[in-house]
Amino acid sequence: MVSISSVFERPTTYKGIAGWLVTVDHKRIGILYGVTAFIFFMVGGLEALVMRWQLARPEMTAVTPEVYNQMFTMHGTTMIFLAIMPLGAAFFNFIIPLQIGARDVAFPRLNAFSYWTFLAGGIFLNSSWFLGGAPNAGWFGYAPQTTKLFNLGYGIDFWIMGLQILGIASLAAAFNFIVTIVNLRAPGMSLMKMPVFTWMTLLTSILLVLAFPVITVALILLLMDRSYGTLFFTTSAGGDPILWQHLFWVFGHPEVYILILPAMGIVSEVLPTFSKKPLFGYPVVILSGIIIAFLGWAVWSHHMFTVGLGPIANAAFTITTMAIAIPTGVKIFNWIGTMWKGSLVLNSAMLFSIGFILMFIIGGLSGVMHSSASSDAQQQDTYFIVAHIHYVLFGGSIFAIFSGIYYWFPKMTGKLLSETIGKIHFALTFAGFNLAFFPMHFLGLDGMPRRVYSYESAMGWDLWNFVSTLGAFMIGVSILVFLHNVAKSMRKPNDAGNDPWNGRTLEWSISSPPPVYNFAHIPQVKTLDDWWNTKYSGKKPLRKVAGGSEQPSGEAVHIELPGLSYFPLFASLGLLIAAYGMMFSLVLVVLGMLLTMASVYAWSLEPAEEHSPSDPLSLEAKEIASLPLDARTDRIAELLKSSQGRKK
Amino acid sequence: MEPETSTHHTTTGLNHRKLLMWAFLGSDCMFFGSLIATYLIYQSRSIVGPIPADILDIPVTSVSTFVLLMSSFMMVLSYNAIGKGDMRRFRIWVMGTILMGCTFLGFQVYEFREFALHGLTPRTNLFGSTFFTLTGFHGAHVTLGVIWLASLFWFSYKDPETLKKDHGLSVDLAALYWHFVDIVWIVIFTVVYLIGGV
Repeated sequence: MVSISSVFERPTTYKGIAGWLVTVDHKRIGILYGVTAFIFFMVGGLEALVMRWQLARPEMTAVTPEVYNQMFTMHGTTMIFLAIMPLGAAFFNFIIPLQIGARDVAFPRLNAFSYWTFLAGGIFLNSSWFLGGAPNAGWFGYAPQTTKLFNLGYGIDFWIMGLQILGIASLAAAFNFIVTIVNLRAPGMSLMKMPVFTWMTLLTSILLVLAFPVITVALILLLMDRSYGTLFFTTSAGGDPILWQHLFWVFGHPEVYILILPAMGIVSEVLPTFSKKPLFGYPVVILSGIIIAFLGWAVWSHHMFTVGLGPIANAAFTITTMAIAIPTGVKIFNWIGTMWKGSLVLNSAMLFSIGFILMFIIGGLSGVMHSSASSDAQQQDTYFIVAHIHYVLFGGSIFAIFSGIYYWFPKMTGKLLSETIGKIHFALTFAGFNLAFFPMHFLGLDGMPRRVYSYESAMGWDLWNFVSTLGAFMIGVSILVFLHNVAKSMRKPNDAGNDPWNGRTLEWSISSPPPVYNFAHIPQVKTLDDWWNTKYSGKKPLRKVAGGSEQPSGEAVHIELPGLSYFPLFASLGLLIAAYGMMFSLVLVVLGMLLTMASVYAWSLEPAEEHSPSDPLSLEAKEIASLPLDARTDRIAELLKSSQGRKK
Repeated sequence: MEPETSTHHTTTGLNHRKLLMWAFLGSDCMFFGSLIATYLIYQSRSIVGPIPADILDIPVTSVSTFVLLMSSFMMVLSYNAIGKGDMRRFRIWVMGTILMGCTFLGFQVYEFREFALHGLTPRTNLFGSTFFTLTGFHGAHVTLGVIWLASLFWFSYKDPETLKKDHGLSVDLAALYWHFVDIVWIVIFTVVYLIGGV
């Protein structure tokens, strides 16, 4: 083993950019995910603004129709795969190990690989703008519209390979979180003592694991059609366009729940904390989540009501789609029940969560409207659907994500965001969002088709389009306000303390930001909302104990931390090179795959040992673990202060 | 991959890597499920020939199927050997598995070539497109399995002690994968050859 160890020395630096490139720390990876995804969120937002500008007045020519097609395709693809999913992943990464009382995820290097592969996919997809034009056939990429016969150029190939890379990233992350949540919980944390956010993450990961292979296959078939002349979607040879639609939506509908379940998890953490009450009906909320995740597989054809699948298929999918409104409604009543007679704290996080409930109800109601096949026939492909999807994905997911940012930002950085600016941010987002998207209901019912490049004044759509554009730019301004808030907070000293919200779950029991090893002692969990009970059981006053556990366990303290590694980065880089090779040169494919292969081998051969005993972090962790509980908080604060001094 | 964070204690008592493998196999089920569904949807919808009954050679494929199934048997023996710490037998059986896997792949190359000579390529008709894609991706899985087992064989000389750890967990994982790929072949053989080929 000695020879192998010396060949594959593991990196040891935590400092500077190099420290971030080789990191396997779930907290750092979470921050990387969050920052990257937010940048992509803004890119997708700019694409939306270009479209709204084009639609502000009738018969505008701000962009060409071809560019407009690329804009709506990239807007949808970016927001779903590069913004909402990875913003969720940012919270998974940072919060889940803290919520379940673990020191890291089950596979830290795989986690780093997920992030770098996600970044590679994002860069690859967006580089299409500069390499012959972005994809232009919608985020659903219906075949045969996307086959070579109708769509020459590289755009669709970028879309296919980009989604494949992002699929690998999502799958790797989902495997990791399933194993982490199932297998790495603190002692005593049975499934029904898990925080709701952890539960929703588990369900999301299961959906991902089962849904992504389906779109992988669909994309492979399309790629083979485009590159090797197979006939899957060639109608003259008997190929069936409906096959693509089925495969895509068998993936696409669970994907919708992949986007919304983490949001429901965040809201279920925020509402109880700021209502000063336990979550109303915790087991029912969990059960509803499970039912949603299960029924999510049985509704995909409601995207295809106008295809002509026949009355029996349409009736069946109408029923299943209506049925899924039940567990969703149950959850909404549980959230309302949580707030009922609570001592509400209306801060920014809470406002965004309440906003989520309101907006999601509107989105849910329009959803119930087009769950009926006959009603949907009128609404299919109109702006009514655009309004619906934005009420559930922006009013739903993005509101919840902002709520989560305000809620967990202090834990991630040690700094509180400004409440005043936060409330301005919320007001602008709320007003802008409703101005932008509510009029789309009217436009849709008035017959305005989605994805149109322009419209004539005679159609009578001028007013609401203009209002909608105003709203969209207001959302743009609200994002700037948010960025200002973050920038301002980052410049001030740490002021959050361990538990600024009087939280309920384990992440609030340790310092903010948490030490590298999270918990000096792995906590022993006794109840749901364990940290709350630790603080208040027996009506004892709050004891702020860093390290989480009331009773230090008798066992010998042995803190293991995963070693850093170069190879996740290299494995992802190989995939990126190979993907470009698919487009431009076979040599690059071979080189990229060789790099990935070599990295995987090196990865599995590099020594698995933990930090060497002389590692300063291991020493820190051991020292803290050996201190009596009361002394720990002070010592950790001291160490954090000195490490910040070092940085400067 | 090696065990990363704590292997000493897990909530379920199952090793992390084993759980990961099961989750991956669940995912791979959906992958092959989609490919097989595609094959079934396009069954007998080709506009021009050749169709399966013209071209599939069930006796030949039965032989290769038998070889692949027996390779699973060898895999069990090699896992058994590593569990007992018997490196010599482990190497023999794992090499047997590799050779049988290669034999199966050889049959597949022969089959693909024969079909091409008889005028069936992925571009000929829907049967060609679906058949080559489905069996091709299965073949790719077998190839990956062969590379994995060959790596274990090599590693058994390099560092036998690591390979024996946790009752030969590294071999156990490869074996799970190998058996899964075998089971998928049983489904493909049944659907494509036995039911669809006559």
